[in-house]
Amino acid sequence: MNTTWSRFNITSIVLGFAFLYLPIVLLIVFSFNESKLVTVWGGFSTKWYVSLFHNQGLMDATWVTARVGVISATVATVLGTLAALTLTRYTRFKGRMLFSGMVFAPLVMPEVITGLSLLLLFVAVGLDRGFLTVTLAHITFTMCFVAVVVQSRLISFDRSLEEAAMDLGAPPVKTFFQITLPVIMPAIISGWMLAFTLSLDDLVIASFTSGPGATTLPMKIYSQVRLGVTPEINAACTILIAVVAVGVIVASLANKRREVQRQRDERAAQRG
Amino acid sequence: MKSLGSIRRDFAPWNDPNAKPYIQFDNVTKKFGDFTAVNNLSLTIFEREFFALLGASGCGKSTLLRMLAGFEEPTAGRILLDGQDLRGIPPYRRPVNMMFQSYALFPHMTVENNIAFGLKQDGMPKPEIAARVAEMLKLVKLEQFAKRKPHQLSGGQRQRVALARSVAKRPKVLLLDEPLGALDKKLREETQFELMDLQQSLGLTFVVVTHDQEEAMTMADRIAIIDKGEVMQVATPAEVYEAPGSRFVAGFVGNVNMFEGRIARGEAGSASIDAGNGITIRTDNAGNAAAGTAVTFAIRPEKIKVSSAKPAGAVNAIEGEVYDIAYLGDMTVYHVRLDDGQVVRASTMNAARITEDPLSWNDRAWVSFRPDAGVVLTR
Repeated sequence: MNTTWSRFNITSIVLGFAFLYLPIVLLIVFSFNESKLVTVWGGFSTKWYVSLFHNQGLMDATWVTARVGVISATVATVLGTLAALTLTRYTRFKGRMLFSGMVFAPLVMPEVITGLSLLLLFVAVGLDRGFLTVTLAHITFTMCFVAVVVQSRLISFDRSLEEAAMDLGAPPVKTFFQITLPVIMPAIISGWMLAFTLSLDDLVIASFTSGPGATTLPMKIYSQVRLGVTPEINAACTILIAVVAVGVIVASLANKRREVQRQRDERAAQRG
Repeated sequence: MKSLGSIRRDFAPWNDPNAKPYIQFDNVTKKFGDFTAVNNLSLTIFEREFFALLGASGCGKSTLLRMLAGFEEPTAGRILLDGQDLRGIPPYRRPVNMMFQSYALFPHMTVENNIAFGLKQDGMPKPEIAARVAEMLKLVKLEQFAKRKPHQLSGGQRQRVALARSVAKRPKVLLLDEPLGALDKKLREETQFELMDLQQSLGLTFVVVTHDQEEAMTMADRIAIIDKGEVMQVATPAEVYEAPGSRFVAGFVGNVNMFEGRIARGEAGSASIDAGNGITIRTDNAGNAAAGTAVTFAIRPEKIKVSSAKPAGAVNAIEGEVYDIAYLGDMTVYHVRLDDGQVVRASTMNAARITEDPLSWNDRAWVSFRPDAGVVLTR
């Protein structure tokens, strides 16, 4: 392996990281700014974090976002898993192509269109826009992501596990809950987390489908920014980044540890 | 024919006209779309038999096993187990258990829980489950691995867990799909004998699917040779080897030399076969083939003797040239090219460390065999 650092390598890595992370670093730095002016450094301070927690509007929006995220991710995971099961298990039913196309269409559908069509639907059926409609909209657009994640796991699933369970006397439903579900659970959890994250940072669809009293955090931030960026928003975003970063790091560390443990076990098993 | 029977001499229900069949395939056909995997096949398996389904991959042997387990339903015909028609009975209500080729161990359960899974489905009380699991772990010598997960076991250990799990419920019939396919050669040989002991001690009926003829020959009481969804022959290992019923069976099991020819003269079992190019073979095993019938004379390599001089008094001796020699340690395989171009394979046990009269490449040599050494095949 080539371990020497050529000038070209160093340049490209610096440029790449700068391109990706400079804006985020700036945001974090200015969240600790004493001055009210966003672009002028006036000394270190954490006062914006304190005032953030006294901003009732932002706190309400955070609570709405969390509830929408948890409920929509959970329902989307159930529906997405069912869709994935149908697509991998019943490969010869009529209209399968149509169904799989329709499940995956929202992946590539522009959000504006999804949002607008959902708005039209809710208006047509006379549903008042608010918490319920945002949640329904988020279920709709995150479900297909869950279906993709779970389906890719199901494709590599060894069907003989289910056959073995049935052979040993477990009826199909029991087999599903005792064998299939536990084995594909990691994929279902990743699907849930993906759905939750998507719901968390969605602005476009929420703007179309939300109503008074159900403002999500991205909507709140966006509307405040339009009145002028305050360091308070920087602080809110920094906290969001911290939460996401901690989640990602914990997940990958756990994954890594499990992998190392598994390899050690396998080596031990090989030795006898 | 004497001494071509079962190795367990007292066990031969297939020769007993009053024996009750245990598993019956009755004109079974299975189609997948246009493809016929099993074609109008009938088979009878007896209680406590170790029965092997032997065939190349794609011959339909696994489909037979899966139909017995209930994962596939026959397109036509019926399967009886102990007199009961199995049609419509789902896998989880059949008194048979299967050991899967991939072992299919539940990755999220410990060895113990894998073995206990089937017992729990039957609603067996907990203390009894614990006792049975302990008994099974002892049987496969895995007591100290009870708390491990499958990925913490070696291939051989996984195979034993799969075996313990499939016999834990004491099924009427144990189905084994290529049970030793994933093991290395040495382990496979050991495990073959363990499986035979297990079958004897538990008194179960075993049906094993394999493509490995050596495995089938070692373990089974009887072998069914399957080709293209049809049974070619059902017989004991010795019969399959020494008295194959057709060219296919003779060629499929073990090595064989075949001579095409016609019966020149035959009387009561013995005959001369004109194999062309001046080669005449005298055999005692012609059955009732009439003169003029086109036949194949098949003879196993170890029944052919190779020598540098024509053996005195040999009934069948053909001259040729040594074309290839393979020294395998326990035996040596000679390829002798006869003067008509046909290559004959002959093998000799190396009973002594040093042989007199060593043959070498391109030496003139004689191949000879006794008149009862080969068989005459008409199919």
